[in-house]
Amino acid sequence: MREQSILRIVGKLLIPYILLFALYVQFHGDYGPGGGFQAGVIFAAGLILYGLIFGVNAARQVAPPLTMETLAALGVLLYAGTGVVAMLNGGTFLDYSALQGTHQQVVDQQVDLDEHHEGDEESTGQAEHHGFLPQGQHLGILVVELGVGLTVAAVMILIFFSFASRERVL
Amino acid sequence: MSEVVVYNVIVIFLLVLLLGTAITVARMRDLWAAVMLTGIYSFLGASWMMLLDAPDVAFTEAAVGAGIATFLMLGTLALTSRKAKEPNRAALVPLAVVVVTGAALVYGTFDMPHYGDPQAPVHQHVAPEYLNDSVPHVHHGKAEVKVGLEASAQGREVSLEISQSAEVSKVDVPNIVTAVLASYRGYDTLGETVVIFTAGIGVLLLLRGRRRQRVGEAPA
Repeated sequence: MREQSILRIVGKLLIPYILLFALYVQFHGDYGPGGGFQAGVIFAAGLILYGLIFGVNAARQVAPPLTMETLAALGVLLYAGTGVVAMLNGGTFLDYSALQGTHQQVVDQQVDLDEHHEGDEESTGQAEHHGFLPQGQHLGILVVELGVGLTVAAVMILIFFSFASRERVL
Repeated sequence: MSEVVVYNVIVIFLLVLLLGTAITVARMRDLWAAVMLTGIYSFLGASWMMLLDAPDVAFTEAAVGAGIATFLMLGTLALTSRKAKEPNRAALVPLAVVVVTGAALVYGTFDMPHYGDPQAPVHQHVAPEYLNDSVPHVHHGKAEVKVGLEASAQGREVSLEISQSAEVSKVDVPNIVTAVLASYRGYDTLGETVVIFTAGIGVLLLLRGRRRQRVGEAPA
């Protein structure tokens, strides 16, 4: 379809926004509609559109199959790894509340220190939210959804490559 | 016309289009056109899901049903034939099976609670807990104090920037669908991700294994 100038130009116009929308659905999924699966599928659809218009080889250069295979596995690893990190922090598998740990403990300790200087009041465990990253459940959901998105996008793109190069295989 | 009437008119319009598309696809012998129509069917389905306030599912239907599934079917058509075989005789037995099954399913819906009924079992079981625990705490882009009350009761000044503390195990994510899928149903979603990964590996092994074999055969 390389000679179809309308397709090429409209594709060039649309594809960046499709990919951008996929990223929006991915990282805004906890506020708006969407999530990892939808984002992954939309991202893959954008790349498949690119492959259909500009040829599979061009798409292969954008998304090398080896990288996609790695990303597909990485997504599952990210998801399961989040569960394991929660376990290491003293929670149960995939209990994101246990992810509170790391950053929050540091802040808690600082609060404790401050209070120690001010007086002998007992710490209430309250800490101001200084961090850039969300905490606990929110952080867990964000990471896990990223894992889902990576796996879904990578697998869809890989299946596209497999089907698109099928003709030469037979 | 009231809003409900307009809503119902749009729903009925979409459902009639869905039915028409489905019948057309079933009667069509040109497979290429049939694949295009299944894409349209998916878009209509996605529109209908939007009306049912399920944008998450609508996204999936539009991207998978209309986008990727259409491509996969077209890819398959490129390797096979564009025309379906003419049936030899009228398929009366399959038609009877379809009609009976459909009638049984419709009969089953008579026992179902009315759409949106707050007394429906699905809204009485775990849903209230999910809704209560994932109530959006976000107002004007700032996280609201949720447990600040405990602290202020003890005479401490509490900053309004607090978003969470160790006492809160609630899911602070406004999109309840995401909260349910990723947190409450985290095991299921992990399973689904593994299924997608496994399916991808399966497709790759099937299609690529064949190529390696060919390449290996070539020099011999």
